[in-house]
Amino acid sequence: MSVLVNKDSKVIFQGFTGQHASFHAEEAMKMGTNVVGGVTPGKGGSTHLGKPVFDTVAEAVRVTGADVSAIFVPPPFAADAIMEAIEAGIRVIVVITDGIPVQDMVRVKRYALGHQAIIVGPNTAGVITPAECKVGIMPAHIYRPGGIGLVSRSGTLNYEAVEQMNAEGLGQSTSVSIGGDPVNGCDFITIMEEFQNDSATEAVLMIGEIGGSQEVDAALWAQQHMTKPLIAFIAGATAPPGRRMGHAGAIISGESDTAHAKMRRLEELGVHVVKNAADIGKTVKSAVDSRI
Amino acid sequence: MDIHEYQTKELFRSYDIPVPDGRVAHSGKQALAVAEELNGERWVVKAQIHAGGRGKAGGVLMADNLEAVEQHADKMIGMTLVTKQTGEAGRLVQRVLVEQAHAIAQEFYLGLVIDRATQRITLIASASGGMNIEEVAATNPQKVIREAVDPAVGLQDFQSRKIAAGIGLTGKQIGQVAKMLKKLYRCFRDKDALMAEINPLVLTKDGQFLALDAKMSFDGNALYRQPEITDLRDFDEEDPKEVEASGHDLNYIALDGNVGCIVNGAGLAMATMDAISHYGGRPANFLDVGGGASPEKIANAFRIVLEDPNVMAVLINIYAGINRCDWIANGIVQAIRDLAIEVPVVVRLAGTNLEQGLQILQGSGLEYIQADHLSDAAEKAVNAVKGAES
Repeated sequence: MSVLVNKDSKVIFQGFTGQHASFHAEEAMKMGTNVVGGVTPGKGGSTHLGKPVFDTVAEAVRVTGADVSAIFVPPPFAADAIMEAIEAGIRVIVVITDGIPVQDMVRVKRYALGHQAIIVGPNTAGVITPAECKVGIMPAHIYRPGGIGLVSRSGTLNYEAVEQMNAEGLGQSTSVSIGGDPVNGCDFITIMEEFQNDSATEAVLMIGEIGGSQEVDAALWAQQHMTKPLIAFIAGATAPPGRRMGHAGAIISGESDTAHAKMRRLEELGVHVVKNAADIGKTVKSAVDSRI
Repeated sequence: MDIHEYQTKELFRSYDIPVPDGRVAHSGKQALAVAEELNGERWVVKAQIHAGGRGKAGGVLMADNLEAVEQHADKMIGMTLVTKQTGEAGRLVQRVLVEQAHAIAQEFYLGLVIDRATQRITLIASASGGMNIEEVAATNPQKVIREAVDPAVGLQDFQSRKIAAGIGLTGKQIGQVAKMLKKLYRCFRDKDALMAEINPLVLTKDGQFLALDAKMSFDGNALYRQPEITDLRDFDEEDPKEVEASGHDLNYIALDGNVGCIVNGAGLAMATMDAISHYGGRPANFLDVGGGASPEKIANAFRIVLEDPNVMAVLINIYAGINRCDWIANGIVQAIRDLAIEVPVVVRLAGTNLEQGLQILQGSGLEYIQADHLSDAAEKAVNAVKGAES
């Protein structure tokens, strides 16, 4: 078992024929991901990487039965591409595109109301279920099947956590990067709910950062609804206030936004908090062991 | 992207949002000419910098006669204003806004933000004008009212009336402020703003509402479709190194430590800084090279980091997903050769094409310190600084 994607997922790429999408579609296929085609408006009817190209997502869904989409469309057109995927009934929409205007995402979120789609991103490394399905840009070879559900805002810090867990002999059920933008598709809670309901997930590692209240909201939710151990790391303890640290969402605008304030609050809520960035793997290991 | 108060007020005028009569001036003489053209007997002279807290720092002065306008402007222009938001270095004042002064009956707060909790454009208002809204929200949360706007239909009149009544207005005043809110919302939405703040909104003794101070910031990701906002960017208000870095598609923020950092990804970059401080060091900067880092990009990153004279060691931490370790390694070798780097360089590579990357580094014959994982890298960088200091 796993969450969001697995070996049966039928994946399409929007912006399929572009350079990045082509590279990552090939990488995904090498790992065994079931890529069933792609969408590039105006190139419908052709074949790319041995897969059919469609003009619209609706047509791709009708012909291939696709239920997962990876969006590699440039920022000015990305919001439209997400709404097209929602409307076509895609179940999991992974938005790799970085730099989408915030107000476009505000409109997308309104549009998504009443639909069942789970939107991951934008500005995300994507979703991977090790050895089954990769919808993203992460290096697939570092992920190993296992029992840790991983959810992070950052991509490269997600890889770092995976490497540290590998060193402890811990693999992942599924890894999800939700992205670093202030208005994004799904939050930590959406993914945690999936992990709670997934029999393969034994414990959940949440990797957050400064800015906003998402991590604390997630811990409050977990306290009420999650029976599995929750481990958390918050990046940005050394970040100065008022400065945007790369991610548009990573900015300390008040006392409760700081890494230390978040870590304190998470501890109060019963979360296993990682104190040092280099101890992510060790903290997960001891949380999992202490449960047995 | 931030703009100046006078620019925000010009934008407000174009949306028919009432602001005091006034204009920008670049010298005492110009300020005097502006004041002469404005009607009235009292004026206010306001230093134009992208930072708040000007009033307490002497950047906002009243003038009861024309001579005082000229004197205040002469004094402010060319001075370095240090407010609680500028840091110790302060900001050089290059221009002032000269406005007609008004007799004020009451002050309010109005703001628009993109609220993370509702994920919508949200109006914030309070009867406690002129104060820091975060402080009001922390100490008297019941005094701050919020109204989220449904993007499908936009701000509705009833919401504006609710806000106006919520800050204690009555009778005709409700309609006046509601109209103003509607225009402010339209401006915010049209221009891809992230924040708009009128603090204070004042009710003058003769019964008009005016945006006495006005601040806006805009979404950098939307500037491609906002050419007139892009033109308002003032590079003098930004750190020249950060501007240079963004020209190379690098995300750089200067800090006050001595371990230079070159990392890919914002989250890993923050975690690397945190690890350095965990081992007793202090990061000199935040630097995210992003995805697809070419050898040239790595070389530029080195150059920018080493321009900081405090840097005593450089830590490169790359976890390649979309990046490739061999390209990164080529960039490191090129930079160490071309820039004749004298400080110790600690390199930690991981991910895509790691073997090829390590071969390039080891085959180069250059001196560097190899690290195998994050804690190893942070510890070696901190020790390298200690070694250089002793």
